[in-house]
Amino acid sequence: MNDASNARSSTAISGGVHTPRRHDSAHKHVTGTAEYIDDMAEPSGTLHAYLGLSERANAVITSMDLDAVRAAPGVVGVLTAADIPGENDISPTHRHDEPVLSDGTSAFYGQPIFAVIAESRDAARRAALLAKVDYEDRPHHIDVVSAVEAGYPHVTDPLQLRNGDAEGALATATNRLSGEMRIGGQDHFYLEGQIALAVPGEDDEVTVYSSTQHPSEIQHMVSQALGTASNAVTVQTRRMGGGFGGKETQGNQFAAIAAIAAKRYNRAVKIRPDRDDDMTATGKRHDFHVTYDVAYDDNGRIEALDAVYAARCGFSSDLSGPVTDRALFHSDNCYFLPNVRLRSRPMKTDTVSNTAFRGFGGPQGKLGGERVIEEIAYALGKDPLEIRKANFYGIDERNVTPYHQVVEDNIIHRIVDELEASSDYQVRRKAVLAHNAKGGVLRKGISLTPVKFGISFTATWFNQAGALVHIYQDGSIHLNHGGTEMGQGLNTKVAQVVADEFQVDLETIRITATSTGKVPNTSATAASSGSDLNGMAAANACGQIKARLVAYASEHFGVPAEQVVFVPNHVRVGNQLIPFPELVRQAYTHRVQLSAAGFYKTPKIHWDRQKGQGRPFFYFAYGASVSEVTIDTLTGEYHVDRVDILQDVGKSLNPAIDMGQVQGAFVQGMGWLTTEELWWDDNGRLRTHAPSTYKIPLASDKPKEFNVELANWSTNKERTIRRSKAVGEPPFMLANSVLEALSMAVASVADYRECPRLDAPATPERILLAVERLKKV
Amino acid sequence: MANAVRDELRFILNAEVVHMRDVSPTLTLLDYLRLQRRLTGTKEGCAEGDCGACTVLVGRLGHSGLVYETVNACIRFMGSLDACHIVTIEHLAGVNGQLHPVQQAMVDFHGSQCGFCTPGIVMSLYGLWLQTPNADAAHIEKTLQGNLCRCTGYEAIMDAAKAMADADNSGDKLIVTHDTIAAKLKELSDGIRVDIETSSGRLIVPGSVDDLGEILQTNPEATIVAGSTDVGLWVTKHMRDISPTVFINHLAELQEIAEDDDGITLGAGVTYSDAFDAICGTAPTMGDLWDRIGGEQVRNMGTVGGNIANGSPIGDTPPPLIALGARVTLQSGTDIRTIDLEDFFIDYGKQDRAPGEFVRSVHIPRLPEGEHFAVYKISKRRDEDISAVCSAFRVALDESGAVASARLAFGGMAATPKRAKAAEKALTGQPWNEATVDAAMAALQSDFTPLTDWRASAEYRMLATKNLLKRFYLETQGQTVQVTRHKPDMAEA
Repeated sequence: MNDASNARSSTAISGGVHTPRRHDSAHKHVTGTAEYIDDMAEPSGTLHAYLGLSERANAVITSMDLDAVRAAPGVVGVLTAADIPGENDISPTHRHDEPVLSDGTSAFYGQPIFAVIAESRDAARRAALLAKVDYEDRPHHIDVVSAVEAGYPHVTDPLQLRNGDAEGALATATNRLSGEMRIGGQDHFYLEGQIALAVPGEDDEVTVYSSTQHPSEIQHMVSQALGTASNAVTVQTRRMGGGFGGKETQGNQFAAIAAIAAKRYNRAVKIRPDRDDDMTATGKRHDFHVTYDVAYDDNGRIEALDAVYAARCGFSSDLSGPVTDRALFHSDNCYFLPNVRLRSRPMKTDTVSNTAFRGFGGPQGKLGGERVIEEIAYALGKDPLEIRKANFYGIDERNVTPYHQVVEDNIIHRIVDELEASSDYQVRRKAVLAHNAKGGVLRKGISLTPVKFGISFTATWFNQAGALVHIYQDGSIHLNHGGTEMGQGLNTKVAQVVADEFQVDLETIRITATSTGKVPNTSATAASSGSDLNGMAAANACGQIKARLVAYASEHFGVPAEQVVFVPNHVRVGNQLIPFPELVRQAYTHRVQLSAAGFYKTPKIHWDRQKGQGRPFFYFAYGASVSEVTIDTLTGEYHVDRVDILQDVGKSLNPAIDMGQVQGAFVQGMGWLTTEELWWDDNGRLRTHAPSTYKIPLASDKPKEFNVELANWSTNKERTIRRSKAVGEPPFMLANSVLEALSMAVASVADYRECPRLDAPATPERILLAVERLKKV
Repeated sequence: MANAVRDELRFILNAEVVHMRDVSPTLTLLDYLRLQRRLTGTKEGCAEGDCGACTVLVGRLGHSGLVYETVNACIRFMGSLDACHIVTIEHLAGVNGQLHPVQQAMVDFHGSQCGFCTPGIVMSLYGLWLQTPNADAAHIEKTLQGNLCRCTGYEAIMDAAKAMADADNSGDKLIVTHDTIAAKLKELSDGIRVDIETSSGRLIVPGSVDDLGEILQTNPEATIVAGSTDVGLWVTKHMRDISPTVFINHLAELQEIAEDDDGITLGAGVTYSDAFDAICGTAPTMGDLWDRIGGEQVRNMGTVGGNIANGSPIGDTPPPLIALGARVTLQSGTDIRTIDLEDFFIDYGKQDRAPGEFVRSVHIPRLPEGEHFAVYKISKRRDEDISAVCSAFRVALDESGAVASARLAFGGMAATPKRAKAAEKALTGQPWNEATVDAAMAALQSDFTPLTDWRASAEYRMLATKNLLKRFYLETQGQTVQVTRHKPDMAEA
């Protein structure tokens, strides 16, 4: 028997649910020993691949001379579309519109058109520059509005959501206004770039180590490109250096090329693009152009809304369908729209194919909706918060969304009331108005914006998960699940659930790399669903093992099953207190199966896209923020002086990790709306493709005063894992208050008579130009 | 006379003295650590010195003895590390593997999420902790300007950095070994030229400035590398061949900072960090600008001489230096000449520097008593960004309150850093009042035709430049018209 386990507490376990445990890899992060794919010891003879990128936004490739590439020092071979043994397609929605390597055309500036395989990464990279490619240019449209005007097609079917009679109500509106808004995209800027390492196996087998949020999809895409069955491909992911949606589908290309080359040359192949190429060749958050037409009464209550959300999707569909759908699902935010028509336009553009990014269209949807509120407020000369409150979903009435789901768990009133009080919003708003009334160069703004975010994949079938739990004879537990760890602490949370289930210390549990060989047919770790789904699947696996242990103990010790109870680090069997490892050892000798595959599927949800009706979301997560800013009306420079946040995470599985998610999401959202600007030149070439030109927030950009609270009274009305709520995406949208506070500061130069219609990102340039515009009003 | 030549680099890596013969001039410290030594704690995030994931400490013998500074390993060439002590994250582990106090604070305050930026952040905070364990928020933020984190929003990292003040640093490894390492580095600094030729190029580390002059006479096509914060990218991003490469960052004669009644003279190899104290004494607001050049790692590597020699139209130092009337001294062999800095910039990519000639030093006059001066940088992100515009204003008023002289110099507005002659003319002789300033703002329109690019549109550049002149005027009238995060340094005020 294990002495250490005897020493364990019998009164409380360490690291159970609802406790602020540190990230399971924290000590490895800070010592540099957490292993990312580029840190792995390479198999002997590992080759390196590098991509050759096109240099036209829209063109036919008339010739591609790769002789100099092949002849370059260290080069082992070159792959083109013709060298792909299976299907040249990695379209995640199976629309067959996204090649691994382009075949004869350049659909955007920077599209991969060949891959060099060489003895070193440096050799491959140098060789890739030696290609001679000739193009026949075609006209290109990189901007969403320009694509609409040029009559470009949709990359996937648009969605329409309707409730009531928007057109009729607009025609008889008390007040009516219309406008438009441009919302910029965003690069993920995960610190660890895309990377894959493929190791060939016997027959058609290959193992791929991929920095991906979606190992199962990598498996499918690799097998499709290789022309083999899925069972020949094993994908493994220990951790990512950040994902944020950028590794949901964007790893496919790199994994496919590494695997194709690995099988072709029968050597391990690693591929890791330089940051510039990573940012050029992979998709980003969608830019949107939103037009809105709104009817409202004299109190600012919305009578009708008709809005169109057009998105820059890029050359292929990727995930643009569900992204633009989610934009529509969130354009209501917290507001009841009695008569509404919402339409999406997923536009094809001659740019890289845009993809998932934290919030998945939701932030853009919400921002458009909030603009409508802001417009009404300025038109009526009121505080936008007053208009927000007038339009909040009710509890028992006015609670049907544009997609006909009833909001059953509405807590936004309490969230906003508490935050309004704790942030001293009203007093501070008066002070801001008084400051601005004095005139002067420096103006201030303050804004409170709410968030309601729907949790579940809108593709209902993705809402399933698996887990694999083994208990070994010494009582130590091996945990594996289908989710991936990208820094969000998913592994820690799921391990806490397992610790809680067995009532053992967290240290008893070892979390292992996600592998398609252990848990199959997983969904992407995305849509904030990681702990909801995988936590439940792990709990299910634990439940199975516990049931067997209970049955064994009950029979063996001759006590009723109810008298077998898992207590801290022990199992109480009748009057006996047996250390957990001891019971496990005994159970093993009595041939009890100590391993289980768990499964979970989210209940209650359904969605009919054709009708635009259903219950796509299991529940909603809520939050609100207050931001106060100062702008310089001579230069447009600004500063975020103070931010207060109250976020609903249900009953938190891990308050420390959830706090980090809220803070991090807010600052990332703030970056999206302020300094992160994607800029293409006239040739359709992205010129902000590295941190030197693309500016994400620094420590000195975070709100000077940053007060974040979790709503500790909240609990999920639905039976989620330990009544917690998802946290990954919802707080990203709290940053809307920064944009609106900036807008208020700008509005002050025209005495708030006009909505500044500030587009995002609100760079110093946009602020200054808006100030100049309003000065002329 | 034939100089003695050494055919190997010698440096200390963590606890090991390394002699290295087969070294390409373009081998970066990061590739050396990761690929050759498998010290994989140091990460590559961007390969251009902008994200800080590759931050390590480099100890070097400066004028005040051994100092440890954070640098970006991704753009630091091995050729610049002769007689240096390289300290990586792997060196922080205590006996029995316990965490260093800085690491422990990061764990305790949940300062890591995905963990990829974390080793770099730990190294930056470690560098700070060695010097200033109880740094305030402004100082910590300045230290972290060159470290991007995409997960945490920095709040937890800031909390960790504040908490590490509680740990005593007297027993720290680098403090304990300080004198031994200093002695070893002194022994390695033998003043002998290093000349290494490999199949991938030739690197030369001159033994002295005279030696440098001689090397450049025989190799006028050589690439001179000081801080490598720009040349580093020629290699990591553009795969350019820079051989033969001459490294000058270690040359003591180029590191001199001389102060006299008139102003300061900075050797071409003086880093931004080393120049800080002296530069703050030249004119108001210079320190504010200095703190916004690159991140801390870049300021620890980059040099004023390099910023000038490269002749970039968006370099941050030329506008204020031109406004102050700086002069640059160039050396060719043993010949020396001195010219006005504004004359050094001829056209885009073209400077008044002959092959074989190098920038020796720059002399920066101190702002005369009673004159008004300010330099303002506008960028998309406040810190660690490249200027959209950088504007320096200097006016002297006569007894009647009229403008006796005006020097206005701008970056980001033309193909070179350039004075605004029309605006200067509009100011000179006129009363220093709003009407005059308005006229000068209008005159700026005829001085410049800026470009539109990803940093700013032509419209914004022009508008902001004009408005900065107005800001300058308002500030001379005692108004507060700038957004500040932290109270300005009292010494600066």
